[in-house]
Amino acid sequence: MAVSTPPPVRVWEHNFAIYKQVWASNVMASVIRPLMYVLGMGIGVGGLVDGGPRSGEVLDGLTYFQFFGPSMIATSAMMVLVNDALWPIHGGFKWHRVFFSQAATPITPGEIVTGVALWHFTKGLLASAGVGLVLALFPSIRSWGLLAAVLFGALTGLAFAAPITAWSAWREDTTSFPNINRFVIVPMFLFSGAFYPISQLPVWLQWFSRFTPVWHGVELGRGAVYGLLSFGQVVGHVAYLLLWCAVGMLLSRRVFADRLGN
Amino acid sequence: MSSGPCHLSNTGDDTVIRARKLTKHFGDFEAVKGIDFEVRAGEAFGFLGPNGAGKSSTMRMIGAVSPVSSGELRIFGLDPVTDGRAIRARLGVVPQMDELDELLRVKENLVIYGRYFDIPLAQCKAKADELLDFVQLGDRADGKIRELSGGMKRRVTIARSLMSDPDILLLDEPTTGLDPQARHVLWDRLYRLKSQGVTLVLTTHYMDEAEQLCDRLVVMDHGQIVAEGSPAELIRTHSPREVLELRFVDPDNPGGPGAEINKAMSEKLDGVGARQEVLPDRILIYAENGEEALSEVHRREIEPETAMVRRSTLEDVFLRLTGRTLVD
Repeated sequence: MAVSTPPPVRVWEHNFAIYKQVWASNVMASVIRPLMYVLGMGIGVGGLVDGGPRSGEVLDGLTYFQFFGPSMIATSAMMVLVNDALWPIHGGFKWHRVFFSQAATPITPGEIVTGVALWHFTKGLLASAGVGLVLALFPSIRSWGLLAAVLFGALTGLAFAAPITAWSAWREDTTSFPNINRFVIVPMFLFSGAFYPISQLPVWLQWFSRFTPVWHGVELGRGAVYGLLSFGQVVGHVAYLLLWCAVGMLLSRRVFADRLGN
Repeated sequence: MSSGPCHLSNTGDDTVIRARKLTKHFGDFEAVKGIDFEVRAGEAFGFLGPNGAGKSSTMRMIGAVSPVSSGELRIFGLDPVTDGRAIRARLGVVPQMDELDELLRVKENLVIYGRYFDIPLAQCKAKADELLDFVQLGDRADGKIRELSGGMKRRVTIARSLMSDPDILLLDEPTTGLDPQARHVLWDRLYRLKSQGVTLVLTTHYMDEAEQLCDRLVVMDHGQIVAEGSPAELIRTHSPREVLELRFVDPDNPGGPGAEINKAMSEKLDGVGARQEVLPDRILIYAENGEEALSEVHRREIEPETAMVRRSTLEDVFLRLTGRTLVD
């Protein structure tokens, strides 16, 4: 008798089978995009910022290139997973209906949600690792802390994917989807503390930054690479990201159960 | 294929599905209104009815995905509320819409589906090859789903549903939208499955499909069962043996609707055959002997545009029971 595979892992296998068809273009995107950002922003903007009157104190003694580079880990995972949690999830109910196929087998709706989250976390790891590899090319950033940063990046991705999965499963059509990118993700990206420390913002905008999961992911990534965070700070950021994952998955369970068991 | 005998638990007889006062409502709408039926192991059982009769809702309850609103439902003697997973493990489901994954190749669709049942990968691959041969698509194993015809996709979906060697195969309108040849290929495969001991439960709104495939069927309308029996029994009980179909053309308005002329003719035809049914485009005369009825029509000097005698079918049964045609 073969060892039994947990049901969520069987759901994960379906996603992995599809990923195997498209992995080449995916890997290219997750390496080339961060490379462009790191070079464009890190070196281009960095040249203007470094040596400026307050750069040393504001950037924790880092060069702009060092400051900006690791923040790409969490933001890339966010960008990749927002889109993975929109169209493919909606299609699973409305187009190819894979979730209905899965629900007709011994797998339960709750296990489907767990399997999807497991896959999203995997995609987060892959996206983060792509950035991590690019960053490891540069001696001024290269550190073992990048490994932890990749893990935090995947967690940040899931903190977005889980609630957005609930949203796209719940919606009857996709008209709102482009606006999620325009009005939710882009502002979060801009105020995430990836491009500058949020201390540069007015206080009310700093609170917006603190509310978004991505700022916590950016802080964790940079902190892991340069050892800037206390243990308590790490626990706080991780707990906040886990909260978003948990709330998102609970909402998803409700929506999936409603849609699949009616 | 190695579909073993059905393993029955908690039932002494060979009943695999038993429903008592089975009800399903969505909010205020009652889709299934307290129906009773039983399906025995190895038989082909059909739910016949028009769209909206409650067939699919019933199938989804049997499939242990949609909760029963009230009444009792037992599948293999198990309660879907508490044993949904165990029930689904023994069912093969062919949904109304093909749910194949276009991003995966034909065989991969089967292999991944088999994995949902926790069948080891190597076994899934062997089984997928075997089943693709069974549905006569062995040469398409590495093909793309997009490149298959509607009938081929249906056959892939049936092959997929057989990955777990189910004891019961649930087919929701298996041939809707297929051309006649594709339907016959599909029916042939379903016969084969039945002869191997798989219990078939299907919904259809095609009379010929129900007559071809089903040992026993229930006729559903508005969420209720209005008749039950074998196709032959139903026809025998609810309809005389033959049907005379008459079409009339209004001489004053040859291209217009036939309703008025049909109404006028209906009165003249009163008493011919056992019973008549006036449809928008024709009049049906039910009679034990259609030719005799036609002679009577001619004797009355009624001149239909066309006249045809045929054997009565389930369509006639449905018309008799509900006053409506099945497929508009």
